[in-house]
Amino acid sequence: MPRLSAWFVRASMIYLLAGFTLGALMLAQDGISYDPAIMTALPVHIEFLLVGWLVQLAMGVAFWIFPRFGLGLPHSRGNVKLMWISFLMLNAGILIAALEIWFASLLLMGRVVEIGAVTVYIVGLWRRVKPHGGPA
Amino acid sequence: MPTLTRWFIKTSFIYLALALVASLLLAVQPLLNLTSLGELFSVYIHLLVFGWLTQLVFGVVFWMFPKYSTEKPRGSESLGWWTYALLNVGLILRAIAEPIQSVHSNPITGWTLVISAALQFLAGLTFVLNSWNRVRVK
Repeated sequence: MPRLSAWFVRASMIYLLAGFTLGALMLAQDGISYDPAIMTALPVHIEFLLVGWLVQLAMGVAFWIFPRFGLGLPHSRGNVKLMWISFLMLNAGILIAALEIWFASLLLMGRVVEIGAVTVYIVGLWRRVKPHGGPA
Repeated sequence: MPTLTRWFIKTSFIYLALALVASLLLAVQPLLNLTSLGELFSVYIHLLVFGWLTQLVFGVVFWMFPKYSTEKPRGSESLGWWTYALLNVGLILRAIAEPIQSVHSNPITGWTLVISAALQFLAGLTFVLNSWNRVRVK
């Protein structure tokens, strides 16, 4: 798989572990009530698993397997720089949004960065939604 | 498709159906005053996102990701089966204990949730351990 997809996928696996850790701590709290404050992590648990894990994994795999503009050509996967920007923005957005636990106002900023990341990603991948070997 | 992937995918379909049954129960719960069923929203979400979607992803990753090696193309098959078992035992324990705990909190369901939490976390950990080295740049 291309380097960018590997970064997307590995980052998604890190968020999977982080999200599962928070989820396990919250579920255990439901069971034996050791520290009610852990329940404030619920939005971060959701953020990590929906955007960090599932959305990011899908973005990485799509960049890898979607039809290319001719095998072996230098820009066969389109504008890779644009997609790296999307990767960086997405992860910045997730981390900024996660800081809402301490700074509620950062949620808005995180969401805006995430929307930017996804917009850049869609622009970068749009023309690869095409038949294999066919025109964009 | 490998046997383990078939188990992941077919089990995920069952959870999809169960999640929709849970959503139906959620819809009728206030109408029929079925408060004794307990808190079902969390169970519904986890059946859907963990039991169906994440389990489906686990199965497809095991099948489609780049080969680990010629001898072990899919990494450790036994670790893959451990992921499957941990995920499903953990989720089933949760689906049973969580609604009961929400209406009749007691040590048995309480500790069942703790065990379920540990099993689900270990499912994620074993998946990542087995898949990490299959994420390869080519």
